[in-house]
Amino acid sequence: MNQREPILKVRGVDVAHGHTPVLHDVTLEVGLGEIVTLIGANGAGKSTLLMSLFGLPRVARGQVVFAGQEITALPTHRIARLGLALVPEGRRIFPAMTVRENLVMGGESVNEMVLERIHGLFPVLHDRAGQRAGTLSGGEQQMLAIGRALMGRPRLLLLDEPSLGLAPLMIRRIFQALREIVVEGTTLFLVEQNANQALRLADRGYVLVNGCIRMEGSGAELLDNPEIRRAYLGGH
Amino acid sequence: MNAHILLQQLVNGVVLGSVYGLIAVGYTMVYGIIGMINFAHGEVYMIAAYLTAIFLAALTLLGIQSPPVVILMVLILTMAVTALYGWSIERIAYKPLRHSTRLAPLISAIGMSLILQNFVRIAQGARNQGIPTLLDGGVRLMENGPEQFVQITHAQILIVVTAIVSMGALWYLIQGTAMGRACRAVQQDRTMAALLGVDTDRIISVVFVLGASMAAVAGTLVTFNYGSFDFFIGFVTGIKAFTAAVLGGIGSLPGAMLGGLVLGLSESIFSGFVNTDYKDVFAFSLLVLVLIFRPSGLLGHPEVEKV
Ligand SMILES: Nc1ncnc2c1ncn2[C@@H]1O[C@H](COP(=O)(O)OP(=O)(O)O)[C@@H](O)[C@H]1O
Ligand SMILES: [Mg+2]
Repeated sequence: MNQREPILKVRGVDVAHGHTPVLHDVTLEVGLGEIVTLIGANGAGKSTLLMSLFGLPRVARGQVVFAGQEITALPTHRIARLGLALVPEGRRIFPAMTVRENLVMGGESVNEMVLERIHGLFPVLHDRAGQRAGTLSGGEQQMLAIGRALMGRPRLLLLDEPSLGLAPLMIRRIFQALREIVVEGTTLFLVEQNANQALRLADRGYVLVNGCIRMEGSGAELLDNPEIRRAYLGGH
Repeated sequence: MNAHILLQQLVNGVVLGSVYGLIAVGYTMVYGIIGMINFAHGEVYMIAAYLTAIFLAALTLLGIQSPPVVILMVLILTMAVTALYGWSIERIAYKPLRHSTRLAPLISAIGMSLILQNFVRIAQGARNQGIPTLLDGGVRLMENGPEQFVQITHAQILIVVTAIVSMGALWYLIQGTAMGRACRAVQQDRTMAALLGVDTDRIISVVFVLGASMAAVAGTLVTFNYGSFDFFIGFVTGIKAFTAAVLGGIGSLPGAMLGGLVLGLSESIFSGFVNTDYKDVFAFSLLVLVLIFRPSGLLGHPEVEKV
């Protein structure tokens, strides 16, 4: 169990899309400085959980507490300004803006030191600063989405399947960057279907099945669990 | 073809096109950001004409006489109050319908348009209103006898120069400032903009305020130029400006400016060489043709589909 001061607490949350219930009584925690992963099959409700932290859609039952403050009913932009940043599924960069403008959108004001750090992490974002973001490759767009989320110096960085649709080499580079981000002290909550990479990076993990938290443990424990190996790691 | 008539119609066309462009940017920006046609936008232009007369009378009463000072003050005051109308229209008629069907805000827009027309008709009377001319005279080019010249009036010069300055200011605001960047972000992906801390309701209000201010510039300039107006002028001019926005590519800011110019020029040339009575029919036929053959307009992106 997590011993650190929690930055995010999700307590008994139910979420529905319209009249379709998706999440049932989800409870989880992310401690300050921790790397927590949530793994689950396609359609389990991972993206719904991340979006519902921002009230998109609002939770039907339960409570979300971020940095000691209940955010369950706050407007989306106010939640974001508290220091919760999302790298969303499908990246959602602003295609008609330049790479630099996309990065600037991530922070309330441009902090040159943060920008430099992000350029160090992903040099391509520096080289292509003036280029329209829509012309970047998928992997580069993923880097841009991560860089954009880091611009606001988030207290908690949420990532929704950053490896989705990327070539293995690009996935390795993204995970390498995540390791560097972690070393610098950022707290991560990483949602993945790519359970192998995610569990090796994470301190702890949760397993989401059909909208319910089915299992919880340290990264190593979950990696060794035969049920997990069978369901998510292609093992036998 | 008569070169003098052609040049004169080109001059008139650029002036008309500047006016259409100023109003068209309001249609295109609102469409770009919330995906609806603000059918009440023409009425905003009409209200600006009335406000121009009201502020002109007020300044005259206060004894302010110098034309440049009067024009500038009337323009600023009209823009400010018209902007307030734009803001209120969105708050009252569209914001409550933000999460409803696509059709609901359109119906609400038509209702808002009728309310504004009738409000002005009842408050100000149905008859034609007028203001005294502030700017007369002009320059004559290629003078070649008493009937042979191309005339550019001072009022026309004022329209084109003011239009260029306001379009330039708007362009800078959208492309060069943090607020403009937020507007573009909301246009491209409203949910993502909110996830990055942008107050999207505020940005939508900003867009209505900007669109109304630009329509106010058009209303003030046209009123200074023609001197007369009534409660119904927003209808035809509104549809023309909407045509300009569609022609340029709805959602595209440079498209609205270009569409205004193209519509103004072609309408002017049509009036000069074919028939003045049918110039509105010509403009609306152009709208139909664009919608059939190139619905994305001159500068629009065919794939744009707002949800
Ligand atoms: N916008 C939506 N409207 C209705 N149903 C949705 C929507 N988004 C997702 N769902 C449904 O919610 C369930 C969970 O989806 P999602 O959260 O995207 O899962 P995951 O990210 O784990 O793949 C799925 O059954 C999906 O069909
Ligand atoms: Mg998902």
